[in-house]
Amino acid sequence: MKFGVVVFPGSNCDHDAWYSVTANLGEQAVFLWHDDPHLGDVDAVILPGGFSYGDYLRCGAIAKFSPVMSAVKKFAAEGGLVLGICNGFQILVESGLLPGALVRNRNLKFICRHVPLRVETTNSPFTSAAEKGQVLRLPIAHGEGCYVADERTLDELEAEDRVAFRYLENVNGSQRSIAGILNRGRNVLGMMPHPERATDPLMGSTDGLAIFRSMVAAMATQP
Amino acid sequence: MSEITPEIIEAHQLTPEEYERIVALLGREPTLTELGIFSVMWSEHCSYKSSRLHLKKLPTSGPRVLQGPGENAGVIDIGGGWAVAFKIESHNHPSFIEPFQGAATGVGGILRDIFTMGARPIAVMDALRFGPLDDPEAGPRNRRILEGVVGGIAHYGNCFGVPTVGGETVFDECYNGNPLVNVFALGVFKQDEIFLARACGLGNPVIYVGAKTGRDGIHGASMASAEFTEDSKQKRPNVQVGDPFLEKLLLEACLEAMKTGAIVGIQDMGAAGLTCSTCEMGSRGGTGVEIDLQYVPQRETGMTPYEIMLSESQERMLLVVEKGREQEVFDVFKKWGLDAVAIGHVTGDGMLRVKDHGKVVAEIPSRALADEAPLYDRPHDVPPYRTAPMEAPEFSSQDLDADLVTLATSGDLCSKRWIWEQYDYMVRTNTVRGPGGDAAVIRIKEAGVSIAMSLDGNERYCYLDPREGAKLIVAECCRNLATVGALPVAATNNLNFGNPERPEIMAQLVESIEGLGEACRFFETPITGGNVSLYNETLGEPIRPSPVVGIVGLMETGLPVATEFPEAGLSVVLVGGLGEADETRFGGTQYAKAVLKKLWGLPPALNMEFERRVQAAVREIVRTGLAESAHDLSGGGLAMALAECSFGPSAAGAEIRLDSPLRPELLLFHEGPSRVLVSTAQVDEVRRIAEKHGVPAPVIGATVAGRLTIENRGVRLIDQDVRRLREQWEEALPSKLGAHVAV
Repeated sequence: MKFGVVVFPGSNCDHDAWYSVTANLGEQAVFLWHDDPHLGDVDAVILPGGFSYGDYLRCGAIAKFSPVMSAVKKFAAEGGLVLGICNGFQILVESGLLPGALVRNRNLKFICRHVPLRVETTNSPFTSAAEKGQVLRLPIAHGEGCYVADERTLDELEAEDRVAFRYLENVNGSQRSIAGILNRGRNVLGMMPHPERATDPLMGSTDGLAIFRSMVAAMATQP
Repeated sequence: MSEITPEIIEAHQLTPEEYERIVALLGREPTLTELGIFSVMWSEHCSYKSSRLHLKKLPTSGPRVLQGPGENAGVIDIGGGWAVAFKIESHNHPSFIEPFQGAATGVGGILRDIFTMGARPIAVMDALRFGPLDDPEAGPRNRRILEGVVGGIAHYGNCFGVPTVGGETVFDECYNGNPLVNVFALGVFKQDEIFLARACGLGNPVIYVGAKTGRDGIHGASMASAEFTEDSKQKRPNVQVGDPFLEKLLLEACLEAMKTGAIVGIQDMGAAGLTCSTCEMGSRGGTGVEIDLQYVPQRETGMTPYEIMLSESQERMLLVVEKGREQEVFDVFKKWGLDAVAIGHVTGDGMLRVKDHGKVVAEIPSRALADEAPLYDRPHDVPPYRTAPMEAPEFSSQDLDADLVTLATSGDLCSKRWIWEQYDYMVRTNTVRGPGGDAAVIRIKEAGVSIAMSLDGNERYCYLDPREGAKLIVAECCRNLATVGALPVAATNNLNFGNPERPEIMAQLVESIEGLGEACRFFETPITGGNVSLYNETLGEPIRPSPVVGIVGLMETGLPVATEFPEAGLSVVLVGGLGEADETRFGGTQYAKAVLKKLWGLPPALNMEFERRVQAAVREIVRTGLAESAHDLSGGGLAMALAECSFGPSAAGAEIRLDSPLRPELLLFHEGPSRVLVSTAQVDEVRRIAEKHGVPAPVIGATVAGRLTIENRGVRLIDQDVRRLREQWEEALPSKLGAHVAV
């Protein structure tokens, strides 16, 4: 399987995603430059964490205009797997690929720590290798990770089984403790926690592997 | 050109004698631009004119040292063809005037020092000093400064993408008007890819890259060399504004441009900006540099040559590139959306020549600026400044449990989670051990080894005895590394002191430097670079002598031993034994500070030879996997260390039985060095190793679920519920700040 890791100016978890997929998962990965509207022959796209374009204006607000994002949108529309982590999640909501918004944490501070997450659905190419209700311990590292949406959207997300993960302790004040959501097609996942930081026992957790292994399994069964 | 008057000279913080020296070196009166250039290059901050003479006493070489002091950072060999560059720098004065930006640009400056050498920054640590948060008068301001500084460090480091993995935070009245922000950074690269800040090759173009030049930070270096007065607040425009996003681009672009092979030399523009980078590169290269300011990218109009040369706008670099290969470099910077402009070239005449639209506005021999700065042997033939009595006051504890709670909730010893959770300490997925332990551990993926690092200082010890205090700091740093199984290999230091023109302050500086030198020689940790910050005084009130030491050690990559007790049922061994204490040597302890609110006597006694054996024993115990946890004793002594060991996720405490003639206060809370708590399931093996090193290692008790109890000769001294104590320890800092705590 070949993952494409997008590099925006200001991405800073791009190498971590690349390393985790290649060294810890044993798959292939290439970097995709923000200015390049071609994704090449990648099987899945990762929008990594960081501060794309400095996150000026609003987190992810400038990234949505980049050439690579028009390609990512097309890729997603055709059913390609897109995983947005942290800043990647912010870019996905700014780009309209996912609903809602991510605003400042309730305590108005950046928070970095390992948090427990509950897997809310296994009906997705990102969570099929996990158990429903399974608790994953993943790191968060963000200042603007409080998920908000209007009530109707939240109801819809729940009714359509599109809440992928919830915080067991709602660290950032997210509505309904939402930590990650899927699009309608279930091929786009945005999540604030960092699975790529939990793929090596040295980093204190390997719970992130479940997500990447699910993706690999899903791609393997694709025609 | 306006005439240079005595008032202008004084405003540039040059003495009449220094001015005479300038005239002699030039053979004429300087222009105003030239005077400005001299004033920043000859400032204390850039020239080390008061400390240089004594810094020579520090050990700087060793088998692993590839680059000692004199470049942007020291470099050591970590094996396998890889190296790490590291250094510490202060941003004290700007952080007082504008805490957020002052601290942020402090991080930015030291990061540039690291990647200027070609190394990718992979870790940051901070040593912070503030006035007490509950000070009746200065409390609100101290809280604001702390929040601003922490926010600034988080803002810059998190966005740049470097993990902030450790550090320390101390509160003392002496920092009420003068906080300290010392930032340590470390980067990794291949040994054959080290870049130096040298202008070589006649005719090679000098290229300016990065942010445009504005009027910010003009005279930052000379501001950092003066005491604070009431009107210091008016200096706010002197503090630079940082842009971590731009710095991230600059990092990626510089490292990529270095790979082209076209870059001959590179220097960041930090303190004294374009002035410092041009003349230092020329001086180190034995060449001259000629630039024309009309080509310098500017973000404001109407800037004078004086302003352009002295601007301290952030995120700028100066490159010397092989002639004919400019385009390769330009292409890389264009890819990252950065300005890169040729502004001059390398000459053979040893002059720094600055033109403005072709007209010469400054012409100074580079060596005069960089290497012939004044060197002062400031008088220091008096006892170091101290007003503390030698004799201990009468004291007797009413409630030792309450004393332990007081210590655990004191500013210095309480949990600093509120601070370090604002830092991304995991980015780059190398953080094997993050903040909150004795030492941080970062793996080097490429080299297959890990780097352990520790930052330490102790202004109370240094105030009581600057020489012994400095030695104790080095010993503690090395001990911290030993507890994770690392071998200390090199050091960096930040010397924060008051006004060196006062002999009793200068005596503190000299004694501290000599103590550092002695200890670093003994522990074989040469000092490969560092920083001196003087004039840390406000309204004539100096800070306590505050040397901060950062030591780097090497270890195999692997899961590190825990700091806290992992479970009940283990033996607790005190490697090094109970130690010696008396009341005179109790006056610098945290107990004296937090419980008795006094300072007297002498710092704890250090036997370096014994310390080395304790460290060797602990290192071997940890490396052979015999320890289930290891934690060194420092502030708050044995009782506080036992409490810290009980604050782990398992909530395992300990039942401790001691047999000591010491009075309880001393027994529980003295800070004698050379002691490490180890929990183990293999007591005999642990003791055998300790014995081999000639170190006592009494078994003082066992880990138990949920409680910490300490008895001496059958008398119960401490009885604590560890979860309750932990809660108080965790909540102390947020509650002092009146902060909202995340769930």
